[in-house]
Amino acid sequence: MLGLISSLASLAVVAGALIQFQTAPEALQLSVPWIPQLGARFQVGLDGMGAMLCLLTAIAFLLVFITIYNRNYERPGSFYGLMLLSQAGLVGVFTAYDAMLFYVFWELALIPVYFLCSMWGGEKRIPVTFKFFIYTFTGSLLMLVGIIYLYLQSPDKSFSYASFTNLNLPAQEQSWLFWLLFVAFAIKMPIFPFHTWQPDTYEQSPTPVTMILSGVMVKMGLFGIIRWLLPVLPQGAYMWSDVAIVLSVIGIIYASCIAIVQTDIKRLIAYSSIAHIGLMSAAIFAHNDQSLQGLQVQMFNHGINIIGLWIVVEIIQQRLNIKNMEEMGGIATYAPRLAIFLVIIALANIALPLTNGFIGEFLMFSGLFQYNVWVMAVAGLGVILAAVYTLNMLQKVIFGQSNTLTSTVTDLQNTELVALSLIVVVILFLGFYPKPMLELVNSTSQLLLANIVK
Amino acid sequence: MNALISTALSGVVMMFAGLFIQKKQHIKYFAIAALLVSFVANLLEISTVQAGSHTLYNMIEVSRFSILFNAVILGATLLYFMLSGSEFEKVGEHVADYFALIFFILSGIMLASSFSNLLMLFLAIEIISIPQYILAGSDKKNLKSNEASLKYFLMGSFSTGILLMGITLIYGAAGTFNVNELGLGSGDAHPLSISGIMLLIFALSFKVSAVPFHFWTPDVYDGSPTVFTSFMATVVKAGGFIAFLRLFHVSFTGGALSGHWLLVLALIAAGTLVLGNLTAVFQQSVKRMLAYSSIAQAGFMLLAVIALNETATQGIVLYAAAYSVATIGMFAVLMKVKDYTFEGFNGLARKQPLLALSATVFLFSLAGIPLTAGFFAKYFVLAAAVQQGQLLWLVILAVVCAAVSIYYYFRVIMAMYFKAGEPEVEPFSPAFKAVLVVAVIIVIALGIYPGLLLHFIA
Repeated sequence: MLGLISSLASLAVVAGALIQFQTAPEALQLSVPWIPQLGARFQVGLDGMGAMLCLLTAIAFLLVFITIYNRNYERPGSFYGLMLLSQAGLVGVFTAYDAMLFYVFWELALIPVYFLCSMWGGEKRIPVTFKFFIYTFTGSLLMLVGIIYLYLQSPDKSFSYASFTNLNLPAQEQSWLFWLLFVAFAIKMPIFPFHTWQPDTYEQSPTPVTMILSGVMVKMGLFGIIRWLLPVLPQGAYMWSDVAIVLSVIGIIYASCIAIVQTDIKRLIAYSSIAHIGLMSAAIFAHNDQSLQGLQVQMFNHGINIIGLWIVVEIIQQRLNIKNMEEMGGIATYAPRLAIFLVIIALANIALPLTNGFIGEFLMFSGLFQYNVWVMAVAGLGVILAAVYTLNMLQKVIFGQSNTLTSTVTDLQNTELVALSLIVVVILFLGFYPKPMLELVNSTSQLLLANIVK
Repeated sequence: MNALISTALSGVVMMFAGLFIQKKQHIKYFAIAALLVSFVANLLEISTVQAGSHTLYNMIEVSRFSILFNAVILGATLLYFMLSGSEFEKVGEHVADYFALIFFILSGIMLASSFSNLLMLFLAIEIISIPQYILAGSDKKNLKSNEASLKYFLMGSFSTGILLMGITLIYGAAGTFNVNELGLGSGDAHPLSISGIMLLIFALSFKVSAVPFHFWTPDVYDGSPTVFTSFMATVVKAGGFIAFLRLFHVSFTGGALSGHWLLVLALIAAGTLVLGNLTAVFQQSVKRMLAYSSIAQAGFMLLAVIALNETATQGIVLYAAAYSVATIGMFAVLMKVKDYTFEGFNGLARKQPLLALSATVFLFSLAGIPLTAGFFAKYFVLAAAVQQGQLLWLVILAVVCAAVSIYYYFRVIMAMYFKAGEPEVEPFSPAFKAVLVVAVIIVIALGIYPGLLLHFIA
């Protein structure tokens, strides 16, 4: 209950900030000294992309809390406390304009999630989340070395975004610094070959945490590249963009193929997420306006859609306690409303026109097309494969023969109905009218391209 | 100066206190009071060193930095007395003597942070070491404790001999014991001074248990009574490092000289990091794990000695504070748990949430997770090493080792929070709880705002 109130409050704050952002963006900057010995400042602010992601965070936590409103977790105080702590970390990451602060928030978002997964997760949770933690922590430490190096190069010995972006390091230094930062972000997203922690973690985590992990937390990696990597190391990013794109595209095809043969619904969605993220990370390195805008819009929409999928999974799991799709089937007969919602969300996941996923993917593909036709063609296979596994999932879960277990399923409760309706409203609204979202992120991509070209 | 005198006097007074104070508990309170006096006396001196430092007969040099370091050491010891002071009574009869020995060690550390003459360095190291040989063997009827003491004594006196030999060679090259006038850095390096420096490196590496001079550490730490292990692994180790840092910072930098010992020290640091971390991974007892982790942490502190710049001196103060508070706290929790294996911690979070939560914060700090003091401590030494410029490989290695350290620190956390069990816990007083909370607050406060400590130096 408290969690719900606090997430509503934070949504209200973000909404207020958004209105402010339209009228007087300067008012949203704050900068006070933090560690004067280091030149680190507590510097936060919002740009279009940051505002969009804060909005996503606020909505995501609200949806999660609505969905689990009637669930009883052991030690609910700790559960909700840790959830809100990770929300604080996420908002911090999306608003930090000081590299040190960014790093601290980056870790702050991770630690509560580690405890959430390990305490409320599935059977194999302890080794799996431990692997997840070690992976991301190693990445973060490498990033820390990169940050220290950049800091020492800055003329005024400061961590601020402005002095980092004005560094203009020699190409050779940018080349190896790129990898220090890129690995941290690549692990977080995750893209091939740094993805091995992800399906296990998604499968073993409690579903509310998986929603946050896949809906919001993976965006930290993409965000990090756009906010910190591209403007600070433009030449490094340019030099390695082919490699990054090839890795991303391999990730798309590889993850899609694995998703097709999955029988566990949680793993299927996990692999589908890797494929989608792969496309987004390829779009970052295509370096043009269309792909960057499409990518940012898709960051939001992917978050909404995948949370919708997880909510459905959570509902099915809570009713029937199964994850294996072979054991499901015929749910549509007994829970028609659930089935309708699942169909809409699944179609948005394939990016069908008139759903929110379409505009983002379209822009990204057209951006990739300008970069290289072949890359676009191979990445485009991912869309076809996505249709294969998503429709396959629909067929197995809600259509087909019902069995003794699935005939006991009951339809949506009120709170679940509210959460899913919210998602579908967003899906359809942004599907018909994506303009507000595009306008919100436009400034970021313009600024970024101006920076890179310089 | 004040701190040196008052700790030495307190030591003498404590020895006699055992005769006059009948109740053992009161000895502890008396010791805490004496330590508080030293702490305040140390801070009072800061007004005399506003403009630089003052020296005493070319033997001792008191500076802002040394006073701050002493304050950290005394503060950590205060915390240690308050958390673990009552454990002294369980070791043996002569409680007052143990406190006296600890005060003597402290006076040795006070000397190590402010020596300006190689003879004073030698005295400091000896004053630190000899009481430790006794403390290690204080559990007289336990064979392991006897073994620890004897082992430590034999190896320790051997390394003292090497230290003395090194000092002699350096005297041969420079013609003086005064560290400010050695002037070895100018001109070409004399073979005598190089071999002298090497011997000093080896001897001091032994004292701070750096690889490959670390073999005594796990046995001694494991065999000594836990309450003394806690002190030896933290405050004493920090004292060794301050001697190390001061000696190299003041005397052996510059010219052709640095190049001769830099690589040796870098290799020692690398070995310490790798071996300490990897061995800690395989331990089955939390106490032994902490012993190896102290070796691993020593590797990080060595980075500061190698880097030799402003960031490094700040880093070593912060590291000493962060590491001492966290390890003292962790040992205090350990002593309340009867079974020292990892399994002994199973389910502690349910039975004693406060103990488990504090231990988690301490372990976070040791692992260097942001928002705890350990993060900024690691940050500063890493930044110092990056700044030094030539040792980026060592920095990357250190970072990888820090990731490895997550494994063994988190094993304890996993046992406490995620595994079910019925740990046996000794009863503890509300005062213990309160001090534990204070330690947690210190760790977190330094993690959010390290300026609390650092603004005294700048």
